[in-house]
Order: sequence, then C-alpha cells, then structure tokens
Amino acid sequence: MSGPSSYVPKSNLAKWFDERLPVARLVHDSFIAFPTPRNLNYMWTFGGILTFCLVAQIVTGVILAMHYTASVDTAFNSVQHIRRDVNYGWLIQPMHAVGASMFFVAVYLHIFRGLYYGSYKAPREILWILGVFILLAMMATAFLGYTLPWGQMSFWGATVITNLFSSLDGIIPGMGTAIVTWLWGGFSVGNATLNRFFSLHYLLPFVIFGIVILHVWALHVVGQNNPTGLDIKQPSDAVPMHPYAITKDVFALFVFLIPFAYFVFFLPDYLGHADNYNEANPLVTPPHIVPEWYFLPFYAILRAIPDKLGGVIAMFASIAILAFAPWLDWSRVRSCKYRPIFKWCFWAFVATCLALGYLGALPAEEPYVTWARVFTFLYFAFFLIAMPLVGLIETPSQMPRSITESVLGAGAGSGGGGQMPAGAAAGPEKR
Amino acid sequence: MTRFFKFAAVAILTVGAASSTALAAGGNSHFEYQKQKWTFGGFFGQYDKAQLQRGFQVYKESCSACHGMERIKWRNLVEKGGPEFPEEAVKALAVEWPNQPLAEPNDEGRTTDNKGNLLTRKAMLADPILGPYRNEKEARAAQNGARPPDLSLIAKARDIHETPAWYVHVPKMAKEIAIGYQEGGADYVYNLLLAYTDPPANFKLSDGMNYNKAYPGNQIAMVPPLNKDSPIKYQDGKGSIEDNARDVSAFLAWAADPKLNERKAMGWSVMLYLLITCVLLYLGKKRVWASAH
Repeated sequence: MSGPSSYVPKSNLAKWFDERLPVARLVHDSFIAFPTPRNLNYMWTFGGILTFCLVAQIVTGVILAMHYTASVDTAFNSVQHIRRDVNYGWLIQPMHAVGASMFFVAVYLHIFRGLYYGSYKAPREILWILGVFILLAMMATAFLGYTLPWGQMSFWGATVITNLFSSLDGIIPGMGTAIVTWLWGGFSVGNATLNRFFSLHYLLPFVIFGIVILHVWALHVVGQNNPTGLDIKQPSDAVPMHPYAITKDVFALFVFLIPFAYFVFFLPDYLGHADNYNEANPLVTPPHIVPEWYFLPFYAILRAIPDKLGGVIAMFASIAILAFAPWLDWSRVRSCKYRPIFKWCFWAFVATCLALGYLGALPAEEPYVTWARVFTFLYFAFFLIAMPLVGLIETPSQMPRSITESVLGAGAGSGGGGQMPAGAAAGPEKR
Repeated sequence: MTRFFKFAAVAILTVGAASSTALAAGGNSHFEYQKQKWTFGGFFGQYDKAQLQRGFQVYKESCSACHGMERIKWRNLVEKGGPEFPEEAVKALAVEWPNQPLAEPNDEGRTTDNKGNLLTRKAMLADPILGPYRNEKEARAAQNGARPPDLSLIAKARDIHETPAWYVHVPKMAKEIAIGYQEGGADYVYNLLLAYTDPPANFKLSDGMNYNKAYPGNQIAMVPPLNKDSPIKYQDGKGSIEDNARDVSAFLAWAADPKLNERKAMGWSVMLYLLITCVLLYLGKKRVWASAH
C-alpha cells in the first residue's frame, strides 16, 4: 500500500482491468510483495489468526441467525433446537461460542506481544489506537452475543452490566436511571432488550471489520514492528510477504486450530457456565453472577473499587489507558529484549492480569477483595509508574545494528545502519 | 533488581497461599463428590446403549412421576447415539404414556369435552416426553410450592461446585482441560440422588423439605426418589440404588447432549486432519525459509 508499486499485469485483460480498478495491484502490493521483517517470530502470526477468527465468527453467526429467534419466549429453546435438530447445528453453535473465546485468546496474545515489543511506539500510535477500538468493539459484541441464548447468566449478566450506567446518577441525579431505561427499551431487561441486543450483535462485527481494514492499512503504511524493534533499513532486512510470511502464518493458524477444535469437539461447554443452561428467570438471582472468562480481569477491577461509579470508571479506564501507552512510555527502545528492567515489569503485568482474571471469578468477599485491590493497583501502576519511569533509570542492553545482523550474526548485514548505537542510554525523548 | 522481584514474588505467593488456606479451613464443610467413570467421558467416550436403556427405565418408573423431558422427543429414543429402542416399542409407549399432548380442535372445532375438560390426543414419535403438570402453577400446587424442573437439560444446567484454594484450583482446571472432563452435571445428579440422610441434630429443616448433603444449602424439596430397600430392578433382575442413580444420570447426560457420540467421533477425524496438515505446512514453511535463515 505504501511505496512504489511493483505490480506488473501479466495479460492484456489484467492490464485493461488494472487501468480501471487496480484491485489486483492492491492485493499484490499489500499481501504478496509487501516487505515483512525477516526476523518475525510466531508471536507475529496472530494478525492472520485474528482475521480468520473474525471471518469464522461472521460465517457461523450468519448461519445461527437463520435458526435463532430473538424473543424472550423462544430464544432459549431455539438455541437448543439448533444444537439438537438443525443439521450440524451441534457443530456450528459450539464453533461460534468457543470461537468467541478463542478470538479473545488470540487478541490478548496479540496485545501482550505489542506491549512486549513496543509495537505501540512511534510511528505506530494510530495503528495501536485502532487496535484498542477493535478490542472495545469485540468486547461489546461478545457481551451482546452472550445475552442471546437467554440463559440465567445471559439475563443476569445483561442486567448487571447495563445497570452499571445507573451509577451516573451520582453525577446528575436521574441521568443514570434514564440511560439504563433507554438501553433496555423498558423498565427491565426484557423482550425489547433482547431484540436490540440481537440487532446490534449482528451489526458490530461489520463495524469491527471496517476498523480492521483501517488497522491493516495503518500497518501497511508504517510497516511491521519486529523482535528487535529496529526499522527496516536495507533490502536484506525484509522478505516479501509471499511466500515467507504467508507460509508461516498458515502453519501458525493450523496450530491455533488444534486447541480450537479440541474445545469445540471435546469440551464445548467448558468455557461457559452451567447456569446458562437454565432459562432466564427474572425472579431467581443466581448465587454467583460471573461473566465469561475474558471479562474476568475487568470484572475484578470493577468490584475492587468500593464506590460503584468509581468501579465503573476504573473498569473503563483499564481499557482506555491502553490507548495512551504510546505517550506514557518514555523509553526510545521499543523491544523489551533490550530493556532489562521493563522486561520484568511486563511479566509482572502479565501475572497481574492472570491474577485479576482468577479473582474476578471468585465471590466478592475477603480476602479476595483485598487481593483484587492490590492487583488493580499493580495493573494501573504498570502504565502510570513503570512505563514513564523505567525508561529514566534503565540502561538498555546491547542491540544488534540491523535486523539482518540479528538473524545472521554480526558482520552479515554490511553497512547495517541500526536505529541506535549499541548500548546507548535510553531516556525520555527530548521535547 | 532481579533479586527484589524474586523476593516480591515469593512474598506474594506465600501470603496468598496462607490467606486462602485460612479461608478453606474456616469455610463450611464441603461435600466430597464421588466422581464416576462414565463411558461417555474423555476423548473416546461414547454412550453405553444398554445403560441409557436402563436409565430410561429408572426415569420412567421414578422421575417421570413429577418431571417432564420436553426437549426430548419420543423419536430421540429411537435415533442413533441414544438408547436406540425399537421404533415400534417407543410408538406403543408414547401412546400409553400417562401424560398426553393436548388435542387439536376436533371436527366441531372444540378442544374440550362436554364437561369442559381439555381434550388430549395420542402422542406420536414427534411429540415431546411430557411430565404430569401442564404449567408451573399446577406443578407448584401439587408439589408443596416447589416446581419439579424439566430434566432434558438438567445434566448441563448443574455442575459440581468446588472452590479449593487457588494453588489447588488452577492445576485442577488444567487437569480437567487435559483429560477433557465435562461430566460435572452427571456426577452432580449421581451424588445428589444418593446423598439423602437424616439431618444433623442441630439442623432446622423447613416444612416439607428433605435433607440432602450434596444440595447447596442442604434443603431440597424433592423427596428421595430412589429407595435403598426396594431399588428399581432391571430386566436381568439386578439393580441397586447406586446402579439406578448411575444409569439415570447417564440417561440424563444423553438427554442434555444427544449428539455427543457423533461429535466426539468427528472430533478425532478433525484432530487427525489438523495434526497431519500442520506437519505438512511446517515442512513447506521450512523449505520456503531454508534460504532466509
């Protein structure tokens, strides 16, 4: 997409077409000749895997929508009808439900990779922020979708999460309640809520698709980051996307499909909750209302704050803060490979997310609440303390001069021209 | 720096372990679920046709007095992957079943007889297995205010709930994923059916309730459905209360997941396909990259 095009039409028809609508040129430049750093590791295969996940969710979802009925009287039974009586419904429904979980597995690994290798730093800020928007849209879609089977967890999850907005009553009395009523389309979660959730659940994936196009576009303008964090400086630093990156991505995708298929065929309900096989009942509150596993860290943050409005703000802030990472991190070194202190902060952050996820599944009682507060503090400390400060005190370790050198060893990439002299002290950028 | 992080990690782990142990010790006495070996558990698991047939017998002779199974149609009892009863036998049973579906309007356009009673018609293979109550109010009126739940999804809607300390829980989750354990519902039903006892001396049982060690809160409205002294005897004349509980739990697991046989069988073909394709793709990738490393 960026740089001079290397596309050469191979026939008169292709030439005729290219002069009128250069789709083939776009594909050639973006996905065939596109230069990819030659040192990418397997953590760079999640872009392709996530694209697959999105398409798979849309395809299975469109089929499910042909048999699903969004009505409080029939929704629960229509899902059972799909699993019992629709041809291969027993396969397609778990593919969609497990697929949502696998989508989040992939997106979280993708985000952790970006954090570890500094993929959010200049010039990739817009690319990164688009990614945060995709994450937000994915969360909204997953939340809406989980309501549709109309089980107990669907109903009470929808009730709890939409009710979060009532905390806005603390700012302007009545405003929160009005917003909740507006979201519900009534005075409780009911038929109107289910119908609009279904409508929006069908709409949002296409919004995600649109942001993904921008995300890929931005990526192809600035180019991919890589494990060294160095820029592509010479032809030998890169290989064309086809066949190099493509063969690697396809292999990684099939490896990813193994756990995917494992859950679909052998543990289709493991990632869900037994209570969601009880039809929604507004008169019976489940003993523990727990969201799906991929929301648990944020749920733990929500419950860690003693004040309702404060909890809601903290929960949304925990995602929004990602968007500010490019400006919170003052170190000029991208990759944690060369950041001896920040590397530890990163792994502490991973452990924090896992701990919050575990705590989010437990009842809100001691000692879990105290632990949730400790880890909530550590979560934000990663962004607000570690990111700005570590760059000041840290001495980066020796870096290779070029991507080529990092692959082939010193002396290989002649006249390397690395981004930074080896061992240079990192510091906040001079402003 | 590294040493500090190590210290911090050890400190967090120690305090965390200590506090969750304290909680486990101070918590209420937990029921120890006896997990069963199910033929449909694990990767090669498939339903045992004979067991499902015995389980249906237990359902018919005990559970069906109060519980329906409306997501199971009579035809499902004939279909592959289930009890696979002969079609003629199921047709005959459906007609004799005490709870028959409501009739369509008759020739005179009526759905009631001269006394205003609702007319019924004979059940066919496509009809659901009905319980004795037409609606929730009727059920609650007859059952001391409790509603016997429909049983066609009960094995998925229940699970054995244990909350051990995290350092036990996390490896336990990993083990469950590794062995493909998804029979918590069947294990719960099995344990529940056998966990009726006399209440402890200081336990105050509400009116019309029964004491059950496996039930959350230990008070359950359901009367003990199986009798130790007169268990349901199978065709071969055998059968203990444990057999009854195990067989009916397996039957209910099938009712909740009737496509399990097909799913697990196809799962193996898919896994095999993916593994072989992965090897081929890896070899191809290696060849492409041979010159670039």
